[in-house]
Amino acid sequence: MTKEECKQVVLEIIEEIAPDEDLEGLSHDVRLRDQLDLDSMDFLDIVMELRKKHGIEVPEEDYPKLASLDSCAEYLTPKFNAVKAGA
Amino acid sequence: MSKETEAQRIVITGCGLTSPLGDDLATMRAALLRAEASIENIEMRHMGTVHAGVCHFDARRWQGRRELRNGTRAGSVAIYCAREAVADSGIDWDSVEKPRVGVYLGITEHGNVETENEIHNISQFDYDTRYWTHHHNPRTVANNPAGEVTLNMGITGPHYTIGAACAAGNAGIIQALWMLRLGEVDLALAGGVSESIHTFGIFAGFKSQGALARHDDPNKASRPFDKGRNGIVVSEGGAVYTMERLTDARARGAKIYGEVVGYHINSDAVDAVLPNAERQTQCMGAALAKAGLTAADVDIVNTHATSTPQGDIQECKAVRAVFPAESCPRTRVNNTKSYIGHAMGAAGALELAGNLPSFDDGIVHPTINVDDLDPECDTGNLVLNEPARADDGVRIILNNSFGMLGINSSLVVKRFAD
Repeated sequence: MTKEECKQVVLEIIEEIAPDEDLEGLSHDVRLRDQLDLDSMDFLDIVMELRKKHGIEVPEEDYPKLASLDSCAEYLTPKFNAVKAGA
Repeated sequence: MSKETEAQRIVITGCGLTSPLGDDLATMRAALLRAEASIENIEMRHMGTVHAGVCHFDARRWQGRRELRNGTRAGSVAIYCAREAVADSGIDWDSVEKPRVGVYLGITEHGNVETENEIHNISQFDYDTRYWTHHHNPRTVANNPAGEVTLNMGITGPHYTIGAACAAGNAGIIQALWMLRLGEVDLALAGGVSESIHTFGIFAGFKSQGALARHDDPNKASRPFDKGRNGIVVSEGGAVYTMERLTDARARGAKIYGEVVGYHINSDAVDAVLPNAERQTQCMGAALAKAGLTAADVDIVNTHATSTPQGDIQECKAVRAVFPAESCPRTRVNNTKSYIGHAMGAAGALELAGNLPSFDDGIVHPTINVDDLDPECDTGNLVLNEPARADDGVRIILNNSFGMLGINSSLVVKRFAD
């Protein structure tokens, strides 16, 4: 999985949990919560969907690494690839 | 009349509802006068096909998609009804002092739907609780439906639900009456809501109890007072009223649906599920006494009767004791569950809505599906299968709502007159 593909997966999750948000034109290097109406419960939804749909565990201490799309890709892409390799 | 006394008079000035018969009062009333039931067959997890009263309101009218995804069905019902009630009341919502608004909603139960869904969810993950949603607690706290209303509408006054089994709809209205009389709030959004058709546990519980209705035609399954009745049809729904002190309602020239003039709540203290005619009799009598009325003054008695063999007989016994046909010539007895099933926590408030238009049209809707009247349910003044016109009009409604653990509630509402 490339970092761009990883961002697409994250965007699909956000689209599902925040269906009223317009995801066009998001800046990839700006915090998602500064651009979208996401609260802490929504953020936990992202963590839950990663676990449920993709088997990826994000420990609480790593939550800041999901701040922006760029940081998500940086942190999650190796995890996606590890899960893929493990399978 | 002094201002102080007028401030103790509490009136209903707006109505928002969703029911299996429709999502506004006029639509519901029209179906009642056509004597048309609206019960569906639905597929229920672990149970197969069951009869249910289903609401089809447009939840997106007042809620965003994310709000709907995060909230509960009861919350959604409550928001729809509260918003519609305010719209119906003609209140200028933007200018309302939000700390002076109270939300008081009756519920039979809350949290079963979400808990069942989560157990089903983690069963797909070998019961690993890491997959249990973080939304569980805010969705299942008992104040959830009322709290969702405050979040949606920006209300900063008090909110809570009143857990009173199937007497809860009346209890919500009674709570509002108290809070308005005490001066705690200036506007109350009060009534009852139910999401019960989304939990298999309610259906399975009634089935195990031998109290779940079944019939080849779902629209004939809820048939209070008929010899062939065999149990309850579970329904969802809600009714929320705007309630105000008469002084405030007058000041803004509000339409007044009716004045809540009497009420009572008591307990059987006998059995968890079996009703008790003696306490029901006392409850109705006490409500009339608080209203300063006699039984002969009452035009319509809305029965709670749920179509169970035992429950209907007990209530009819109580109604006969309070309203003997020979000494109460004005009184007509009807039932709304024969159309919509049992809307649980919403029942009392929703059934009151069904009868309120009779103040204007002078018609008493019948209880339907009575092909073979059970003599033990014959109160002598039942309106059966066809609407009845009240020759002198309808002035007083007594609304019964009873529930498990032996809770009884009776509400007396009067056509508004100076």
